[in-house]
Amino acid sequence: MAMHKSKFFQAAVMVACSVFLAITIMQRAAADKDPNAFNRLLRPVAERNAPPDSDGIHDPAGYGTALLQAPRDAFGVMPKSVSGNYVNWSRAISEEIINPRYVISNPDANAIVLDLNIVREVKGSMPDVVYPHKQHTEWLDCANCHPAIFIPQKGANQISMAAIIMGEKCGVCHGSVAFPITECRRCHSRSKEAVQP
Amino acid sequence: MFKQTLKLTFVCAATICVLALHSHFNAAEAEYGDVVMNEFSDAAGMRPVVFPHWFHRIRFRCKVCHGDLGFAFKAGGNNISMLNIIDGKYCGACHDGDVAWSIENCDLCHSGVPNTPTQVHHSTAQTLMTPIEDKGEAESSPSESDN
Repeated sequence: MAMHKSKFFQAAVMVACSVFLAITIMQRAAADKDPNAFNRLLRPVAERNAPPDSDGIHDPAGYGTALLQAPRDAFGVMPKSVSGNYVNWSRAISEEIINPRYVISNPDANAIVLDLNIVREVKGSMPDVVYPHKQHTEWLDCANCHPAIFIPQKGANQISMAAIIMGEKCGVCHGSVAFPITECRRCHSRSKEAVQP
Repeated sequence: MFKQTLKLTFVCAATICVLALHSHFNAAEAEYGDVVMNEFSDAAGMRPVVFPHWFHRIRFRCKVCHGDLGFAFKAGGNNISMLNIIDGKYCGACHDGDVAWSIENCDLCHSGVPNTPTQVHHSTAQTLMTPIEDKGEAESSPSESDN
């Protein structure tokens, strides 16, 4: 009987300790409990490219959710980037890591690529923008942008960062699927000093 | 005996630590460019559709859907219905059991959290127009942004 009691006591101590520890850890894990936590508002690296059942917009109770691929499983082989999907998509194509189809049912059809850079001199102190048709035509058809988004004529397009942020002009893609505007230097890439006489 | 108890306690505690940390890091966010489409789903008693841009762009260039299939560059701007799809338009151009799995796999697309509004997840416009909320609240009340 004494033995039985001591076992019961052990189990009770164990459970109590575990519960206490769990509560402590859960409390500490809530980032806002520590007002001086480092990078309090930044998404932790461990949470990037989360699997569908824990990404917050897929319903974990749905039958299909568990069958869907986790982005991080697909992105392991991809060139890295610092924002968006954390994948450098144009390098993924140029380095032939992926070869997305250009025609639905023909895996061998090649993209019609135009190698033409357009330099846009910008008004402010930022470096000028170099727009490469090459990287864009790897993905897109001329008619995707011309003439609805960009009139194909020099000087005919008013582009501002305000418009881009609101999802117009370059912002139709950059800021929703293509790399976001926080990667300033990927567009603002030609220094003004280099072209001055 | 005491040592045994201590050992067991540690093992138990370590397991719970791992579980607690795991559940914390699981409070993650959806992928950049994921489109939620909820034009008709909620009203029809289905979960909203989540379209993963990243998955599709590994397999197809933008031009295929946004040029050949006529998808406008706007979440909710295409009036996609199951009728369109079974007639081979929009998603139905590939999801026909030939190029990609067919439409009887309802839950593979209709996989969103009910009542999530139509949006492009993590878009700049959505980020700028949605105030920073407490993490717990942000999960229970999805953004109202329409972009």
